[in-house]
Amino acid sequence: MTQWFMLTLVGKDRIGIVARVTTALYQGGCHLGEASMLRMDGNFTIMLMVHFPGTKAALTALLAPIADELQLHIHIDPSVGEQTTRQEPNVQISVHSADRAGIVAQVTSILAAAGLNILDLESDIGGHANNPFYIMQIEGVATRGIEALQQALQTWHQTSEQTIEVRLTPITTTIF
Amino acid sequence: MAILEILTYPDPRLKMIAEPITEFNADLAVFIANLEETLRAAPGGVGIAAPQVGILQRIVIIDVSSKPKIKHHGRLILINPEINHWKGFAIGREGCMSVPDYTGKVVRAEQIELSAQDESGTRQHYQMEGYEARAVQHELDHLDGILFIDRLISRRHDLFHR
Ligand SMILES: [Zn+2]
Repeated sequence: MTQWFMLTLVGKDRIGIVARVTTALYQGGCHLGEASMLRMDGNFTIMLMVHFPGTKAALTALLAPIADELQLHIHIDPSVGEQTTRQEPNVQISVHSADRAGIVAQVTSILAAAGLNILDLESDIGGHANNPFYIMQIEGVATRGIEALQQALQTWHQTSEQTIEVRLTPITTTIF
Repeated sequence: MAILEILTYPDPRLKMIAEPITEFNADLAVFIANLEETLRAAPGGVGIAAPQVGILQRIVIIDVSSKPKIKHHGRLILINPEINHWKGFAIGREGCMSVPDYTGKVVRAEQIELSAQDESGTRQHYQMEGYEARAVQHELDHLDGILFIDRLISRRHDLFHR
């Protein structure tokens, strides 16, 4: 049996997690695909596509010693390995505001209703603890056109009481 | 005329430095015609460099005129091209006929001053910006064995701060 799995690992950040995990996978006969690895609030998070010639149980067993030693939470889902149908973003949206209440919920709801499929969302808090601001960057596919997103944001901006800066930029991709 | 085979990564010829053209003769004209036919045959092709077909010579063809609403110089044959000045920068998403099924973000100069010889060997000067400038920078990289995947920036990097 040969197939793709999506692997999620989370644990306290320390030097060498990526090296240890990927070495174990390599030695166990895995090939790696797309990955997102990120330190977040003292934890290290790994989401990784793994091509493994075996069962989910075998993959779990392969990672068990390292997960144990590094105290990583592991989650494994069988997946399809769809990199040939991978989607490319055609729009980027940057948001920032000093008023944090419900920003993500509001902005993403408006964008979803106007046809945005989010491919990548990153957010963070900046500023001093007593005066923080919230920043969010989104990349996605405007399935109903960028115009629709622009209009939805404009309408919302005129009626919203919060001061939220939203900038929408088309992304063009060219094969040279 | 003939459509030439486009080399793809990891062909080692894509990593080599191309030689300057010294003779502007009939052989060169034939090769340029073939290179242009190869470019025209590629879907959406706006530029091609000789090393992409395995010829390690400093020849590039650019034609971004199919792209609406941009400044451009039409069809350009660029021989022994040199960028003499760079100004500003922008992040854009690029792919390459020699690196199939992958795109990524690359920083390029917004405006360039370019000089290159034409098919007859006469040196010409161009001021370029935006999309055309990006295309030229991408193709000129091929003459030095550089692919866009050598210049990738993080996928989490912000786009187009102007
Ligand atoms: Zn290329």
